[in-house]
Amino acid sequence: MNGYAVRPLSRSLETFGAWVLGIVWVLPLVYAFWTAFHPPAYSTDFSLTAPLTVANFVKAWQAAPFARYFVNTVILVTMVLAAQLVLVTLAAYAFARFRFPGRDVAFALVLVQLMVMPDVLIVENYRTMTELGIKDTILSIGLPYMASAFGIFLLRQTFKTVPRELDEAARVEGCSPLQTLWKVYVPLAKPTYIAYALVSISYHWNNFLWPLIITNSVESRPVTVGLQVFSATDQGIDWSIICAATLMTTGPLLVAFLLFQRQFVQSFIRAGIR
Amino acid sequence: MTRTREWLYAWLLLLPAATLLALFTHYPAIANLWHSFLSTPKANRPAKFIGLDNYRALVDDPVFWQALTNNLWYALGTIPLSIALALLMALWVNQRLPGRGFLRLAYFTPTVLPMIAVANIWLFFYTPGYGLFDQIAGALGFGHHNWLGSQSTALPALMIVTIWKEAGFFMIFYLAALQSMSPHLAEAAAIEGASRRYFFWRVTFPLLMPTTLFVLVNAVINAFRLVDHIVVMTRGGPDNATALLLYYIFEIGFRFWDSSYAAALTMVLLVLLGAVALFQFFFLERRTHYQ
Repeated sequence: MNGYAVRPLSRSLETFGAWVLGIVWVLPLVYAFWTAFHPPAYSTDFSLTAPLTVANFVKAWQAAPFARYFVNTVILVTMVLAAQLVLVTLAAYAFARFRFPGRDVAFALVLVQLMVMPDVLIVENYRTMTELGIKDTILSIGLPYMASAFGIFLLRQTFKTVPRELDEAARVEGCSPLQTLWKVYVPLAKPTYIAYALVSISYHWNNFLWPLIITNSVESRPVTVGLQVFSATDQGIDWSIICAATLMTTGPLLVAFLLFQRQFVQSFIRAGIR
Repeated sequence: MTRTREWLYAWLLLLPAATLLALFTHYPAIANLWHSFLSTPKANRPAKFIGLDNYRALVDDPVFWQALTNNLWYALGTIPLSIALALLMALWVNQRLPGRGFLRLAYFTPTVLPMIAVANIWLFFYTPGYGLFDQIAGALGFGHHNWLGSQSTALPALMIVTIWKEAGFFMIFYLAALQSMSPHLAEAAAIEGASRRYFFWRVTFPLLMPTTLFVLVNAVINAFRLVDHIVVMTRGGPDNATALLLYYIFEIGFRFWDSSYAAALTMVLLVLLGAVALFQFFFLERRTHYQ
């Protein structure tokens, strides 16, 4: 509300309120950082002279195969994103620029997935994976998410804004539809691709329930499940180590977020408002 | 291209995505309905058709009703508050406050963290006698309290975690909407002598309605979809006080391995999500494009 000259009193009250809320909001994180970087004896003793240490991280790293979990998560996230980009691009192109019988019905059937997400169909998808014989593999974690209705919807909207003249010019030059897609549509949709990629990466880095169900071994578990297995069984209640492990598993994402803050926020907005 | 070739081309483009969608969205939704009419196969007893027996069991299952009630309370407790907080945050960081950059970051950061990591941190927060909650309570002269271990406080404690995680996410949508709003509106209102409060309720809030409805639909879906923190923090306890619907499905399906009953429970969840879809279709698509 820029047009208003805010009274000094209400302005300071609002600043105060905003800061109280901000501090409450970072408090859990600050607390986790404090505990992770101090010896267990200081985990609830906030004296400024407490010695700093990275021993908790070392212990956590050695106590469970986190290196393997990280590799699994990176493979998972890359595989899902790569498959999504290809599938979603082809499907969105068909919906945006082709006329064919059954198009509207097909599109409605795609949109069903926005409500009936793989997150909810855990019982049946588990059965399917068992029948396919790929239970407990990284592929089985990613497979249900690869044809993403959200991505198809988002990209179709973007493709529809591409001027028809560009499309026709490419055809006149002798481009096949696939070449036109690659040379005209894909480059113009770059911001949408970046937005979609960031949302997809953070979704699959953070995903938990389905990977927990479908994986059962160190070779396939992503970090989220690895963290849960670690903190639920391996440790008693050594909070310093659990906090260190927690920060470790979220570290890459958190660092990426802090570095590319603006892009992250813009991407979430772009992906949300359609 | 001839017409038939164009049809063929389009369907070939669709084929890979359509196959996977059919296999992992449409087929499981239908198979789920079918399996809810069967009995769960056991080692020496194959599945057989039992009609509505699973649904009869469901109606008589007090834990199901509790999970459903818990889920409704959970939705009711988290959604309005996180949306209100999101709006407040957006209004604040949209003005020139000192430290605005830090505040935006502080509000938004919980959104990028995995729910499972967040749950671990809050679990520590709530630890009786040792965690920050009890330390503050202790400093103020209150006794220790087992926040997650007692029936009356466990679900509210989980709601706080959800609100903390989601408010910042919803904030950015409000912020985007506020920034696309013309400053002339506020200027005109100020000249006309409208108070700030009046301007907010009569101009800003109605103009934000599309955003509010969009956020609302997302919040409702999340309230039924996200149970990661339950697995970490309470496992549905104490005495099912924090069992949400999807968590109960997870328990029946993968701890008791009763897949037919889990299928019947999943149908309830699908019907609920279907109702949200209808609401979105009839309400969101039609009512909100007056900008």
